[in-house]
Amino acid sequence: MAEAYALWKAMSSAGEEITVWQSIFVKFYQAFIEADRWLQYLEGMATTLYVTVIAILIGIVLGVIVASIRTAHDQQRRRKSVVLGVLDFICKVYVTIVRGTPMMVQLMILGFVIFKSSRNFTMVGALGLGLNSGAYVAEIIRGGLMSLDQGQSEAGRSLGLGYLDTMRFIVVPQAFKAVLPALGNEFIILLKDTSLLTVIGGKELVHAAQGIMNRTWEQMYPLFGISVLYLVMVMILSWLQGKLERRLRQSER
Amino acid sequence: MSADVIIRVEDVKKYYNDGKVKALDGVSTEIRRGEVVVIIGPSGGGKSTLLRSLNLLEEPTSGKIYFEGKDITDPKINIDLHRQKMGMVFQHFNLFPHMTILHNMTLAPTRVLKKSKQEAEAKAMELLARVGLQDKANNYPQQLSGGQKQRVAIVRALCMDPDVMLFDEPTSALDPEMVGEVLEVMQQLAREGMTMAVVTHEMGFAREVGSRVLFLADGKLVEEGTPEAMFEHPQSPRLQDFLSKVLR
Repeated sequence: MAEAYALWKAMSSAGEEITVWQSIFVKFYQAFIEADRWLQYLEGMATTLYVTVIAILIGIVLGVIVASIRTAHDQQRRRKSVVLGVLDFICKVYVTIVRGTPMMVQLMILGFVIFKSSRNFTMVGALGLGLNSGAYVAEIIRGGLMSLDQGQSEAGRSLGLGYLDTMRFIVVPQAFKAVLPALGNEFIILLKDTSLLTVIGGKELVHAAQGIMNRTWEQMYPLFGISVLYLVMVMILSWLQGKLERRLRQSER
Repeated sequence: MSADVIIRVEDVKKYYNDGKVKALDGVSTEIRRGEVVVIIGPSGGGKSTLLRSLNLLEEPTSGKIYFEGKDITDPKINIDLHRQKMGMVFQHFNLFPHMTILHNMTLAPTRVLKKSKQEAEAKAMELLARVGLQDKANNYPQQLSGGQKQRVAIVRALCMDPDVMLFDEPTSALDPEMVGEVLEVMQQLAREGMTMAVVTHEMGFAREVGSRVLFLADGKLVEEGTPEAMFEHPQSPRLQDFLSKVLR
């Protein structure tokens, strides 16, 4: 294969006629196989997945905290707690800022302003994506908690269960099932948004493709290649999500 | 306050929208141990609001509610301790759909009363048998009919050994042919001496089972008395008008 590639590439650069199939082979070979470039894609993909997982974890933790604070604040019926009021205000500011500014700008501010002396832009990017995702996850979870019939928590409280027990055993398990499709959607978007890390120098999949494009002067094959890789990752993610949803539904049949 | 008064309501008011809507406008009454108090009245008259105030699912704007001698409207009180002694049955059953019937019934006893799982399940099975639903223990609520769901809701509340049972229109969401089986359970409960407060549109039940009837309209307690007095000799024009419409 390597000989065929060398031969046809030499012919092509010398201006000789080669067939379409030969030309496809040459470009494919140089985009993926020459100099073991497929390794760079794999490394990029590993980083993309790694960043996604970290960002999802940050997003879930932040989202749960923010949603809990905001729901607890909205649901208090007796004296309003000042502490909750302040926390709720902070959460509102956070959600407003994150949702009101472009993710790329947020990443640039983190990478070029706040952490400009950092050398690990991949991790800075993961942090940025997590911070961003947290705001959306919080709103998704809050929506799930609010959408549940008020009668469910009233039934729990009327049995003498406290607020936290009612949340833990009655509201959250049902809300979780309700928010799963929206959460899955959010995480799919998050996975694809890791591509924005390239603007601050994160070494993920798009970064790998860009490196190869710069070296080979060929755009189509690397771009199609990473598109396929993103597609495969997203399909695996939505397959997992579907599996989880089916398992949760089973418990009621 | 005499010893057998279990709930005392003192001039309770519940306003919405800064007093523009008066759901309850100064209601006072007492519920004594062993009584079956039936609350009737037109929709929006404050029946459910009054009942839901008794275990503070509705927070009164003013007034006091004493349960077993303690003012439960006092903000410093731990309301959970009192709610566990007041069973509540809702119009829409409010069973927990993600749990089996048995789990629905054992959750609060194990979490709140710290009973062992075996102990809670034994009690739950005994109560289920009493309402003829022991074979549904491991089913999920969706698999039950409305009447069965409401019977489960009643015994779920009984699992906590309540001192009083509150019923908020327990038969209003049921198909007509299922009303009887739920009323029967309530009647049995009353015979056993359970203290009950029941909001209902079932005048037959009020007449047969009630020891006292409260008539609420426009947020006020318009008239109260024994079922005979209320149904045979209504005093106020408001009650006469109401009865003429519902009894026909």
